[in-house]
Formats: sequence, C-alpha cells, structure tokens
Amino acid sequence: MFTSRRGRFAAGIIAAGAVLSLAACGSGDPLEPADEASGSSETITVGSAGFAESEIIAEIYAQALEANGVTVEFAGQIGQRDVYIQALEDGSIDLIPDYSGNLLQFFDEESEAKSSDEVFAALPDALPEGFEVLDQSPAEDKDSYNVTQEFSEENGVTSLADLADLDVPLIVGGNPELNERPYGPQGLTDVYGVDAANISFVPISDSGGPLTTGALLDGTVNIADIFSTTPSIKDNGFVTLEDPENMILPQNVLPLINSDKASDTVRDVLNTVSAELTTEDLIELNSRNQGDEKASPEALATDWLADKDLF
Amino acid sequence: MNAFLEAFAWIADPAHWSGPDGIPTRVAEHLGYTGLTVLIAVLIAVTLGLYIGHTGRWRGISIGATGALRALPTLGLLTYLAIAFGFGIRLALIPTVIVLVVLAIPPLLAGAYSGIESVDPRTVDAARSMGMTEWQILWKVEVPLALPLIIGGIRSAVLQVVATATVAAYISLGGLGRYIIDALPVRDYTKVLVGALLVTLLALVLEGILILIQRLTVPAGVRAIRTAAPLRTSRKSTRVPVAPTGTSGQMAKQHTPTQ
Repeated sequence: MFTSRRGRFAAGIIAAGAVLSLAACGSGDPLEPADEASGSSETITVGSAGFAESEIIAEIYAQALEANGVTVEFAGQIGQRDVYIQALEDGSIDLIPDYSGNLLQFFDEESEAKSSDEVFAALPDALPEGFEVLDQSPAEDKDSYNVTQEFSEENGVTSLADLADLDVPLIVGGNPELNERPYGPQGLTDVYGVDAANISFVPISDSGGPLTTGALLDGTVNIADIFSTTPSIKDNGFVTLEDPENMILPQNVLPLINSDKASDTVRDVLNTVSAELTTEDLIELNSRNQGDEKASPEALATDWLADKDLF
Repeated sequence: MNAFLEAFAWIADPAHWSGPDGIPTRVAEHLGYTGLTVLIAVLIAVTLGLYIGHTGRWRGISIGATGALRALPTLGLLTYLAIAFGFGIRLALIPTVIVLVVLAIPPLLAGAYSGIESVDPRTVDAARSMGMTEWQILWKVEVPLALPLIIGGIRSAVLQVVATATVAAYISLGGLGRYIIDALPVRDYTKVLVGALLVTLLALVLEGILILIQRLTVPAGVRAIRTAAPLRTSRKSTRVPVAPTGTSGQMAKQHTPTQ
C-alpha cells in the first residue's frame, strides 16, 4: 500500500512536470516564424529588457518587422542594461528598444546633454562601434517625482523648484540606485537647493511598483520616484512634480540596433513605428498589462498595430 | 582574485566601519532579523516537534505541510505578503520575518522530532515504569537526550536564515542585503561581493558557535558511553572508565560485561 501510494505520488509529480515543460514549449517557440519565411532572407533577433514595457515595445518591433517579410526571432526578458548590451555585443540579439537618456549615461557618464534633442544627438558618438540608434519616438518613460494630491495642496508644491521652501522633512522613496544617481536626493540639493539635512531616503526595490505606491499612500514616504508611464500615477491622482531645470534626463524610446542588421526595410519599419508611438500609448499599454486585464505583451502589440492601422 | 582583493580592501577601509551604512550597523541589523526569526521559529517548530516526537501523532502532515511551505520562493512570498496584506514598507519587518520563519521551521521541526524519536524506547519505558508523568518523561528524559539534535536543527535553521535575510533589503529594511541590493543596479560588484562575503563570514561564525553549543549539550552519560565505545574494541578493555554518575553510569557498566 505504502509503495503504491508513493508510486502514484511520484507519477503525479512527473506528470505535473511534463505538463509544465510542454506548456513552456508551447508559447513563443523561437523557431516557429522560420517556417513562414517567405522570400526574404533577412533574419533579426529582437530582445527585450526584463520589464513589461520593454517587452511590449519589443513585441511591436517584432510584429511590425514580421509583417514586412523580415524573419524575426524573439528573446524576451533579458535583465538589465548591462546584460542586454552584452547580448547585443556577442550577437545573441540584434535589436532592442531602449531609452535615450539612460542609454547615453550608460556609455558616457560625463555627458552634458540635457534636452531630448541634445541627448539624441550625443548618442551616435557614445555608442560602441557597430551599433546605432534609429529615430527616437516622442514616447517617453522616465523617472518622475510624485506626491499625493493632498501633500501637493497642503504644501503648495507642484514643481521640484518648490521643494527648497518646504518646512516638512522630505522622505524620498525609490529604487536603491536613485540614491547614487545625479537626479537623486543629491540632485535635489545641487539643482534645486533643497537642504540635504532635510532629505532622507527610503530604498524600495520595485521600480515604482505597488510597494512604492503603497509607501506614498500610507505616508511612509512623502515623495516617490515612479516611472512616468506607470498607470498608478493617474489611478491614485498623484501629482508629478515639474522639473524646470531638466534635472532628470529625457528618456525617449528608441531602437538600439546592430548596424549590420539595419537594412532599409528594417529602418523604415522601425522609424514608422517610432513616429506613431506616444507616451499616452505607453501608459495605456502598461495599464492593460498591469491592470485587471493582464493582457500579454504579444496581444497588446497586435492591438496597437491594428489601432494605428500599421502594416 | 582581483575582485576579492578589492572586496577585502573595501572591508578594511575604516570609513566603512561607521555610520548607518557601516559594517557594524548592517551586521547588527542582520543579526537582529536572524535572532527574531529563529526565536519565533523555535517557539513554533520545537514545540510542534516535541509533540510529534513524543506522541508520534501528526507526523506526516506536519512534515509535509512545512516542507511544502518551504518550496515557496522567498522573494515572491515577501512581495506578496507586503502587498496583499497591506504591510507595505511601513511594516516591512512583519512580512520579512514571516518568510524567514517559513524557511526556518522545517529544519527545526526535523531536529526536534527526530531527536525525541531517537531516544531509546527502553529508556522511555524505564522512566514510565518508575512512575514519571508524561511531562516528566518529556522534560527530564527525552529533551535532554534529544538536545544535541534539537540544537542541530537550530544550526541548520540559523544557517539558512542568515543567508536569506539579505532579502530584507528588498523591501527597504537594512542588514547585509543592503550592500548587495544597493550595489547591483549601479554595477558596483565589489560592494556586492562584500555583502556576500560578510554574509558567508557571519554564517561561518554562527555555525562555529552552534557546533560548540551542540557539543556541550550532549548529556554527560551519553558522552561517557561514546568515549567508552572505542575502548571496548581495544586490547586494554579492562581499563574502561567508569562513567561519573547516575543511570548512564549504570548503562555504561552494563555494556562492559557483554564484551
């Protein structure tokens, strides 16, 4: 009896494992599109960083290219910038959506570029040999300082420039690396003249996600760094503080590509996509991805291309 | 090796030995989370383990259930508890201690019940026939004899908790995880290594202390039997030392004639 029960248990585990691995095979088989390749000999591997927005944009690139006869392989969720840049350099991927300001700072920490155009102009020199960026999109997703509606009204704060005159101690919540960045607490002091003794920092490692939002709502922090396309900003009525001095670098979405793969077709397709993509689109797409709908990046990309009537 | 040299240089730098992000503060925070967790986990798991070991009841289900809980990914559970139960960042210590307690329970439970079960049933029967109550049997016979295994469970639990308490930093708390979690996004791999090395060092030190305690808790009688054992096989078997006192001494004497 005992052995047979154990046997059944083991069989159950094996069956569950088999189902899982089958399911894993079923979704997004990277070899699948190769069968549909029609005529064109172009093949490109699209990668995405390890967060949803990047994956959605990468899916848009991939589907737009496929619709134009390019054979696409997809490699999603490749961690952070240092990891995917390495993947680009070793040829594992050829194309990935990136953000202009952070990309520039990755390769050139000293850069003085401030405005969106300056950053974009500085990129070609900063990038390593063999890689380039295509047209940048008006869509932008950058760090932004947010306060609750209540805090904003009580203290008359709508801009980072208002913070210097504030009486209450400033408790900043954000990813731990914000503390090291030039636009972090240090920047509030250097650029906006906030007394350093008046700022404390609470590191929260969820990139402005629910923990950060929660901390802002329950008052554990009174100012939080949240990415500007995060739906929770609008959902909770947070006030995003203006940045008149451009302390936070512009972060326009743009394709970073291996120059060998940037054929005329690829350039045209991606430039068309970039021209159509807006910040509002990103908020909408993120909202459908993170909200109750939990729409997959793949489905969202298909919908977006259909909405824009592209390809 | 260069990375290690840089990490050791970082640790040796006096500037890193003071202030809220200094090594003493971080180590103290880390030990605090570990101590609190192990305390709570011992109260739960050792109590349960003694009950299971003594009565033999609920054995399968307790071990299965706590083992299954351990399979939950710590980081996922931490974030889930913090968000779904509204602890958030304000009460970050609660979800942190919960996930670490979940991790600490299985080894503690295993140490406690197997310790009690390993006690010779004849010894328990002897105690019972002498008129001891069940409570007396548990506290005066079973627990003292099981203590080394119970401490062994604590050793294993402490090791896992010390290594995993780094996740506390993920939801804004301190501890040695701060070095790792703060340094990763800015690619300061020296500091990441420092965090990992200090955690390892702390784990080794605690392990050493607990091994020592484990040795010291072996009851005198049991130790006498153990030291006597190898001598029995030697030629000078006549020089078996007589164990100091009490029942265990008698047990040791009982063994010698059988040679």
